[in-house]
Amino acid sequence: MTDTALLNASVCELRQQLRDRTVSSEELTRAYLNNIERHNPALNAVITVCSEHALESARRADTALAKGEHGLLTGVPLLHKDIFCTRDIRTTCGSRMLSEFVPAYDATVVSRMKAEGAVMLGKCNMDEFAMGSSNETSFFGAVKNPWATDCVPGGSSGGSAAALAAGMAPLVTGTDTGGSIRQPASLCGVTGLKPTYGRVSRLGIIAFASSLDQAGPLAHTAEDCAIALTAMSGIDAGDSTSADLPVPDFHDALTPDIQGLRIGLPREYFNDDLSGDVRERVMTALSVLEKAGATLVDIELPHSHYAIATYYVIAPAEASANLARYDGVRFGYRCDDPADLEDLYLRSRSEGFGEEVQRRILVGTYALSAGFYDAYFNKAQQVRRVIAEDFQRAFEQVDMIAGPSAPGIAFPFGVKQQDPVSMYMEDIYTLAVNLAGLPGLSTPAGLIDGMPVGLQLIGKAFDEQSILNAAHRLQADTDWHTARPNLGAMTQ
Amino acid sequence: MSWEMVMGLEVHLQLATQSKIFSGSATTFGAEPNVQADAVDLGMPGMLPVLNEQAVRFAVKFGLGIGARIGERSVFDRKNYFYPDLPKGYQVSQFFSPIVCEGVFDVPMEDGTLCPIRITRAHLEEDAGKSVHDAFSRETGIDLNRAGTPLLEIVTEPDFRSAEQAVAYLKALHSLVTYLGISDGNMAEGSMRCDINISLREKGSDALGTRTEIKNVNSFRFVERAIHSEYERQADILESGGTITQETRLYDAEQNVTRSMRSKEVANDYRYFPEPDLLPIVIDEDYIEGIRATLPELPATKRERFISQYGLTGYDATLLVPNHSVADYFESVVKAGGAAKPAANWILGDLSGALNRAEVDITACPISAEQVAGLIVRIEDGTLSSKLAKQVFDALWAGEGDTDDIIAARGLKQVSDSGALEAMVDEVIAQNPDQVAQYLAADETKQKKLSGFFVGQIMKASKGQANPQMVNELLLMKLSDQS
Amino acid sequence: MSVTPQDVEKVALLARLAISESDLPEVTDRFGRVLDLVNELNTIETESVVPMSNPHDMQQRLRPDAVTRDNEREALMASAPSSDQGYYLVPKVID
Repeated sequence: MTDTALLNASVCELRQQLRDRTVSSEELTRAYLNNIERHNPALNAVITVCSEHALESARRADTALAKGEHGLLTGVPLLHKDIFCTRDIRTTCGSRMLSEFVPAYDATVVSRMKAEGAVMLGKCNMDEFAMGSSNETSFFGAVKNPWATDCVPGGSSGGSAAALAAGMAPLVTGTDTGGSIRQPASLCGVTGLKPTYGRVSRLGIIAFASSLDQAGPLAHTAEDCAIALTAMSGIDAGDSTSADLPVPDFHDALTPDIQGLRIGLPREYFNDDLSGDVRERVMTALSVLEKAGATLVDIELPHSHYAIATYYVIAPAEASANLARYDGVRFGYRCDDPADLEDLYLRSRSEGFGEEVQRRILVGTYALSAGFYDAYFNKAQQVRRVIAEDFQRAFEQVDMIAGPSAPGIAFPFGVKQQDPVSMYMEDIYTLAVNLAGLPGLSTPAGLIDGMPVGLQLIGKAFDEQSILNAAHRLQADTDWHTARPNLGAMTQ
Repeated sequence: MSWEMVMGLEVHLQLATQSKIFSGSATTFGAEPNVQADAVDLGMPGMLPVLNEQAVRFAVKFGLGIGARIGERSVFDRKNYFYPDLPKGYQVSQFFSPIVCEGVFDVPMEDGTLCPIRITRAHLEEDAGKSVHDAFSRETGIDLNRAGTPLLEIVTEPDFRSAEQAVAYLKALHSLVTYLGISDGNMAEGSMRCDINISLREKGSDALGTRTEIKNVNSFRFVERAIHSEYERQADILESGGTITQETRLYDAEQNVTRSMRSKEVANDYRYFPEPDLLPIVIDEDYIEGIRATLPELPATKRERFISQYGLTGYDATLLVPNHSVADYFESVVKAGGAAKPAANWILGDLSGALNRAEVDITACPISAEQVAGLIVRIEDGTLSSKLAKQVFDALWAGEGDTDDIIAARGLKQVSDSGALEAMVDEVIAQNPDQVAQYLAADETKQKKLSGFFVGQIMKASKGQANPQMVNELLLMKLSDQS
Repeated sequence: MSVTPQDVEKVALLARLAISESDLPEVTDRFGRVLDLVNELNTIETESVVPMSNPHDMQQRLRPDAVTRDNEREALMASAPSSDQGYYLVPKVID
């Protein structure tokens, strides 16, 4: 198989080739490492490359494969978002605060995927502390969208989505707190899945908003996501919020049969605020599913418009406490020559954190402070339940809910920097899903002006299977997910 | 102006679990700095808490021990503030819904009465680490071994009206928690810490004055002194028409005064909110009853039983009960045949004295309960004169064997044979004619005094083995015969 | 509801963030915009709604009381900006 073909292959295809021994993990790993070297200078999608580590893992995988042993991902290279702690390998969270932090432990997701034989190539760039929708807030510089390098890839898993789209790895991991897997997946033309809250362990993932964060895979196909999800999922005794539920083999159970599937279309998502272009792509995708046997049902999620206000109280509030540990004492950035303790705190934190992170800490602190807790934080928690109940009611009528993943295509750098709220609006379709703890994915739905657009599918709690099936069927009946950006060398 | 003091106490109790409340690190005291602090304790990126079941069990045990309502759905909250010994920048505690709710604790006072103190709540939280200020010249060293140790914070209503009540409460609390086995309640070692909230008001008034908080008083005696000195300070201020500043103060044992904490953090807004990394603790009736079934007999019940079952006085019972090893020892003595009252006397008297001097705990007592029983039996059955009992006690302590062995080895058997005693009495009378004459010439009162001389002589001659009661009887008889 | 620079400074102190004099107006303005966004919450009635901390109705699992961690000081203290003789160091704190 040519390098190009290899770099375009799905995890499923590669896995088979590895098992058939028609390609070795080492060969594959070298191909991806080369591609990272080739394209990363322009795209800045990867912060840390671990060549030696990767090649050693690849060789170990090849030894196992030779013996006929294989886990779910043996020999398959991947990149982890730099929010997953990786033992002895720098983990920065896109921040100056952790620019030199080397954890002494692996995140559970990392160790599980390692146990399934995956080969880690390196760590992906991201918005600082996962706060952002454009990957412009990273201390390590912005990530460029491979489809148009003057545009953002989305965020906060922008590096992950861009790396995947540019063929730097066949599989990447991300995290999603308000849309940070789905929105970049949409903007970069890949498939990205945020599992149900509690499906995947959060242990070892640098926390942003504890009740909203969830880790998930991005890949070129729903099938690949199903394989990765199985490898990542499951109860973790070390994470009290992880669900004590059996993990199905999502790939084994994957089926393109969606006969009778009822898909809800919330009228709040399809109102006049939705751009005509995006609506057209989304409806086209939905009509494919309809032809395949699904029924489209009009539904209501009447409190949708409160999602953004609710999210921007809860997420910053939880974050303000989660980020209090960054104080220059036990790890992370410390300012030079602190005069006293207060100086240590003030300067380490003000120099270590970027503007968006500081803004969210301020908002969160304010929302929790005396006199404001009831009006802001407690209120937001109440509205959160109201929003979750909207979904519950809708799921009495339908099996899943569909809509756009993002309001538009990838936008140019800098255009949403003036007003923080304009950036927050990027996640208008994704935020509610985290508030309700439901699973959601984004699957490619074609191009607008040559730039990718995604269809979002939202499932019932712990029913990742259904949305994977629907995306799988869509990908069987269309070729939108096969589109790749023109990167010059790669498409030869 | 007559001032009444109004106080509430907050006690932080370290629970005696093997591992920490949210991590699997050890909780043993006195280790090298930071060797018992794992990534969770250090609040490292990505780390998450998992709740220790024993901490929950101990909290429920405490609640049942004071007859409080158990919170069937309690929640952890984050208490947010910055301090170097607080790794996460927040303490996981319980603010909105504690695991133990309101109850009443009847505190036994020295005069035998009970003083009811209302417990507002008791909640679980994690301890912070320690700051070491004197090990480095220009820095403070932080040791996080203690960070994450489970604490039970017990809060009372402002029901205390005297230092005496406060100290009695702390002693009773110490007794209760050691009986329950949930903590060693040691103030000196820091496993039981007390903060005192104290305000003054005019006697007869209902209103509450401005209170100050006195922190870190680490012994019963210091609690008493700190309260008195703060009372004086506040009374002085109020007498001269001033106002009390609400603040936190530390007790200075050397100067016997309280001092304002110098760099007390600016009025802290703790911004409590439910801890999202932990879920509500749900406790059902079965769980509670299961724990109730494991409760030992509590001090209050034991005290009543000692009075009714053994006929002890309230005073003796009150002294025997607080330390359950002592109470157990007492019951073992009685079970082995020693009568209750003498058992109490020996334990509270000579045995306690010897243990204190040797700095030995009763659980390591060189004299077994059976041996004490044996000693008492031999005194009661007349084999051993009570005057020689102390000698035997000391021999028992020194490990010279059992009472019978010692009596035999040292030839201490009491002489109670009337024939032998009569002979002794006759001899002493014969040998001391002057004293006999004096005696016969004296009045009754003086006679009592003078008979002591004869008794003394007989005891000397018999090396203490003569039965004193019988000697007295025979002496009186013989002397009156002389007249 | 507008927010003043003094409000922002108060909050910044609670969060141990230093905002320079020159940055304060812009920080306040942007902070204010976010507040305007979230003030939307005032328009919905939620009288008897139970606040939601966690999306699923889960209870806390309990862990057996056992020591499962050994001395990890060397590995973990390697991340410390300043340490000596087994202690983490900060500028001297006067209590």
